[in-house]
Amino acid sequence: MSDRAEAETSSANSVNSASGSEDEFAPIRFRDSQIEMAHGAGGKASRKLVEGLFAPLLFGASPGALGDAALVDINGARIAITADSFVVKPLRFPGGSIGELAVNGTVNDLAVSGAKAEALVVTYVLEAGLPTPILEAEVRAMAKAARAAGVRIAAGDTKVVEHGKADQMYVTTAGIGRPLHGVAIDPRSVRIGDRILLSGPIGDHGITILLARGELDLEADLRSDTRSVFPLVEALVRAAGPGIRWMRDPTRGGAATSLNELARDCGLGMVLFEDQIPVRDTVRGACELLGLDPLHIANEGQFLAVVSPEYADAAINALCLAPGGSEAQVIGEVRAQPAGTVLVTTLYGGSRIVDMLVGDPLPRIC
Amino acid sequence: MRFVDEFREPELISKTAEEIRRLAGTERHYRMMEVCGGHTHAIYRFGLKDILPENIELIHGPGCPVCVLPMGRIDDGLAIAQHPDVIFAAFGDMMRVPGTQGSPLEHKARGMDVRIVYSPSDALKLARLNPEKQVMFFAIGFETTAPSTALTIMRAKSEGIRNFSVFCNHVTIIPAIRAILDSPDMRLDAFIGPGHVSTVIGCRPYEWIAENERKPIVVSGFEPLDMLQAVVMLLRQLRAGEAKVENQYKRVVPWEGNRAALRAMAEVFQLRPYFEWRGLGFISQSALRVNDKYAEWDSEQRFEVPGIRVTDPKAAQCGEVLKGVLKPHQCKLFGRECTPEHPIGALMVSSEGSCAAYYSYEHRKAAMESSLIAIS
Repeated sequence: MSDRAEAETSSANSVNSASGSEDEFAPIRFRDSQIEMAHGAGGKASRKLVEGLFAPLLFGASPGALGDAALVDINGARIAITADSFVVKPLRFPGGSIGELAVNGTVNDLAVSGAKAEALVVTYVLEAGLPTPILEAEVRAMAKAARAAGVRIAAGDTKVVEHGKADQMYVTTAGIGRPLHGVAIDPRSVRIGDRILLSGPIGDHGITILLARGELDLEADLRSDTRSVFPLVEALVRAAGPGIRWMRDPTRGGAATSLNELARDCGLGMVLFEDQIPVRDTVRGACELLGLDPLHIANEGQFLAVVSPEYADAAINALCLAPGGSEAQVIGEVRAQPAGTVLVTTLYGGSRIVDMLVGDPLPRIC
Repeated sequence: MRFVDEFREPELISKTAEEIRRLAGTERHYRMMEVCGGHTHAIYRFGLKDILPENIELIHGPGCPVCVLPMGRIDDGLAIAQHPDVIFAAFGDMMRVPGTQGSPLEHKARGMDVRIVYSPSDALKLARLNPEKQVMFFAIGFETTAPSTALTIMRAKSEGIRNFSVFCNHVTIIPAIRAILDSPDMRLDAFIGPGHVSTVIGCRPYEWIAENERKPIVVSGFEPLDMLQAVVMLLRQLRAGEAKVENQYKRVVPWEGNRAALRAMAEVFQLRPYFEWRGLGFISQSALRVNDKYAEWDSEQRFEVPGIRVTDPKAAQCGEVLKGVLKPHQCKLFGRECTPEHPIGALMVSSEGSCAAYYSYEHRKAAMESSLIAIS
């Protein structure tokens, strides 16, 4: 999501949680006096909230790395589970709408956890006064997106709040998925020399939303990239399954935030080659004008993968041959230094550290 | 992408870097100040320090309008906007800048009507759309943004829009450079002149720096090649023992400036007798206010302004960093009490502030290098 409140809470290790009695919670480290918008923006503040408050109370003392979905065992059957809330303004934008995002977002969280989405449940929070045609359009969009992704919407719930207490409609989807064979996602398995892959151009979604809000007098021929990335993930797993160490769909906070989280989780350096990172000219242009970094802009239809070097060629070939994957690229590699950090290098020999975003990306004018 | 990629061409950059190395030699150290925050940002963003030889030191100057704005001014603006009828409008640059009770964004989360605008005319549009509200544009910037504020005030007057006003924090660049040069601990060889400001004021206002202070100054663009070429031009002057004003950014900056923009500023603004700069203290005739002809559109005349003064913590060494006496990481608070998430000093608040830029792009790299040295 490109904007507004949401913080990922899925724990990749929640099987081990819920140990200890009620008053033996792990210590809470979250000290902010109130919730600010930045806590939902997917960057540093979000991570502080999840790691400092949610994880100690909900996932136990050592929740491990926080992934996009959790794997749980039920009577010996292993399933992946995740949830995601969608609050986007405007509801419709070039290339998609909140309904499609709600389906694809959860399908993608499962996909990059190495699982195929099998069923979704959906809850709507609706603002009284919402015109029925708007709701109908979004429900249709969800049905269509679910069909395209091959996932069933199995159950749901609706709440209506007073006019003014919500912004038109919010959608939450939760999904369960079947883990694919032959792939294990764990940031701690990442090694020096591994390659960093990106499935296609970054920033399309975030810049589309920014322009669709109409606050900027900028127009561009640009569409959100919202789509299910499962077909690409499946092709990648088939070609390079044993070599895949980690995957993530870089939504809010962008590729920089996902890679910073990985760098912190594995303690290694993520070195990116700036000229290899696919970015459309329109996105680059908007970012140049507004003082933004494409690496901080949200995506809804791309994913990052870290693959061991011997599988890198097979991985990139498989992605490029799969429908919608022709722009996939190796964008960098894992090195010992700078440990815990993302470093971008340029063709002319300069380099810079790219940090997580503190809150939402804000245009610079003066 | 045209007009960008040409100025990031690797081969030209390495040739220019080679020329810089040749000119710089090894005998002496060169200290050059880039006045403009946009340049500071570009230096870190493009990793230009990796390209320059070690004996060329870039000192980050005072040209970040957000950084030099005293916290009391932010508190004053937010105090006015506490009134439920007031909409607080400002550039994105201002949104995370902390006042004593939090930043505009934090006030927005608590219910204040805070809007991000992309130009002053967008703020005027808000006033047209919300006739029952008072729209206050919190104006910041050097001569780069001041003309658009002036034109917007003129338009508000001509259209008779009375629910719009400007809380004016516009500052001017020349007195800040003079303050830096007058500082006793100043040790600079040359200046990289501000690009955007110069599109408005032109190059003449810098002539005294060359003539009286004997310091070369080259007005520069913001792409890697622009800045490296400016360094080449400065080195050539320094080696020849010259001190001239030169214009590297000719594709944008006219020598005489933009007369229409200057006329608009003269029409609407007048110089304040003095104004406080964060990190530099009070500087006389260094800031603009709305003149009496346009008093109706001046927030400071329309509303009760508390006139809050907040002094920076003594431990913060912003002034020394601003004048180039200290590097960002040499400040006692850098990276500990003072970080981009919790800025204490002025230079940590905007991504163009030298401390924030250094923190975001450089300081872990520096830590990495020192750890590598320790290992080997």
